[in-house]
Amino acid sequence: MPIATMLDYDFMRSAFAAGLVVALVAGAVGYFLVLRHLAFAGHALSHVGFAGATGAFLLGLTPFWGLLALTLAASTAMGLIGERLRGRDIAVGVILSLSLGLGVLFLHLYTAYAAEATALLFGNVLAVSDANLRALAALAVVSLLGLAAISRPLIFATLEPELAEAKGLSLRLVSVLFLLIVGIAVAEAAQVVGVLLVFALMVSPAAAAQRLTTRLKTGVALAVLLALAETWAGIVLAYITDAPPTFWITLLSSGAYLVALLVPQRLEAASTRP
Amino acid sequence: MSAIELTKLTLRRSGRTVLSGVDAVIDEGEFIGVFGPNGAGKTTLLQALLGLLRPESGAISIFGQPPLHGNPLAGYMPQRRAAMAELRLTGWDVVASALDGHRWGLPILGAEGRRQVAWALETVEAVEFARRPIQHLSGGEMQRLLLAQALLGKPRLLLLDEPLISLDPRYQQAVVDLVKRVQQALHITVLFTAHELNPLLGAMDRVLYLGGGRAKLGTVEDVVNSAALSQLYGAPIEVLRVGGRIIVVAAHGEVEAHAHRHDA
Repeated sequence: MPIATMLDYDFMRSAFAAGLVVALVAGAVGYFLVLRHLAFAGHALSHVGFAGATGAFLLGLTPFWGLLALTLAASTAMGLIGERLRGRDIAVGVILSLSLGLGVLFLHLYTAYAAEATALLFGNVLAVSDANLRALAALAVVSLLGLAAISRPLIFATLEPELAEAKGLSLRLVSVLFLLIVGIAVAEAAQVVGVLLVFALMVSPAAAAQRLTTRLKTGVALAVLLALAETWAGIVLAYITDAPPTFWITLLSSGAYLVALLVPQRLEAASTRP
Repeated sequence: MSAIELTKLTLRRSGRTVLSGVDAVIDEGEFIGVFGPNGAGKTTLLQALLGLLRPESGAISIFGQPPLHGNPLAGYMPQRRAAMAELRLTGWDVVASALDGHRWGLPILGAEGRRQVAWALETVEAVEFARRPIQHLSGGEMQRLLLAQALLGKPRLLLLDEPLISLDPRYQQAVVDLVKRVQQALHITVLFTAHELNPLLGAMDRVLYLGGGRAKLGTVEDVVNSAALSQLYGAPIEVLRVGGRIIVVAAHGEVEAHAHRHDA
């Protein structure tokens, strides 16, 4: 299809708008997720969301709200576990697989359309409705304001937990608040790339950004820009090629991470130990 | 005024009495080396001073006040964590994270905040490598950054938890010398916990030895001798002085009987 007429379509304009909103949230929140070594926990949260979304189908509710509700519940639980979450890959993985299993059961009971399941698992940014878009935007505002409000103690607690605690900061409170924001971000990202692939928007851009800069604020900005560029380019490529946008987004985000790994580390070369 | 007063202090941790009925008075401006075997209560004592652990009984007074969680008068340097060495962020960003880091909001420093970070980095002589990623710093450089962090807010008391742990001997002396210079320049009180006595010999005013739930505070001559340490540990200890170094030996011959490494 000719690129020139791309924006004549409502669904394309909605897709770009949704991509913008989600990339802002996923990039920024993802940066801190990676900094806190919680990438896998974030991945698992989205799977819990899958059970929530399919459960909502079953109850006749909007899947997105089911996904969000269960993601936030799991966020709170993980936040309360707090620092001990690190290194609990097995426990997180078990909950992840149980959630997907429940999701499959709910789908079975609902005798659902494969299309709905596929959209949940792999996302469908080309089918974002106006109501959906408004919900995404509102939640994005909430999560970004929340992130701004906790960013200073979040950075302190992430880099220097013992010192932060000594200074009177509640590590658990920071952990719960941050994971609630992660829960929102995961629910948003799942709308674009699906619950299975939120890694592509939340982790890869942030990890690439952390390879490319050693400054914190630059890193957050870069993670957002990468997530946005990958999402928008993915939508354009899907428009041109007819392959799903999720495929292109995952390809671009993996590619960007690979390139970031290969970029020569100027600082490493320039700073051999005295 | 004394910097720290411990009165019949008893500290319990996870159901175990770590210190029992300890009395000690540390004057303002003193450099105190805190020693003792693993589990003797060095870190526990620091946590009580920081207000993170309530005394079971007895009292702690810091500049005349009870310990306060988040006390601005006390700068704290936690034990270094291995995970920290993996960070790709610059030393500047990590040090700056501690400036008002407990307050909500965006981490915007402002001109005054940047001045304070720059002051702390200059004080610990870390300006030249503060823009490099943490990942590429040596253990000694890393400790200087953590010391800079502890100095933010200009505390009057520095609580340093094992700054020498996992450092090469050649860096150990440099860290001790730096802390001594900072302490004298800023006229602050220092509690420096360590396993090894010797790197601190030239810097300490007095030592605080912990062991068997008790504590002994005094000059190196008064405390680090066979009679005093044998009494503290309730076991025969010999203290040897060899070429300006001090070696603590359990009487039955094991140099490291108390998990000390008094010699590098």
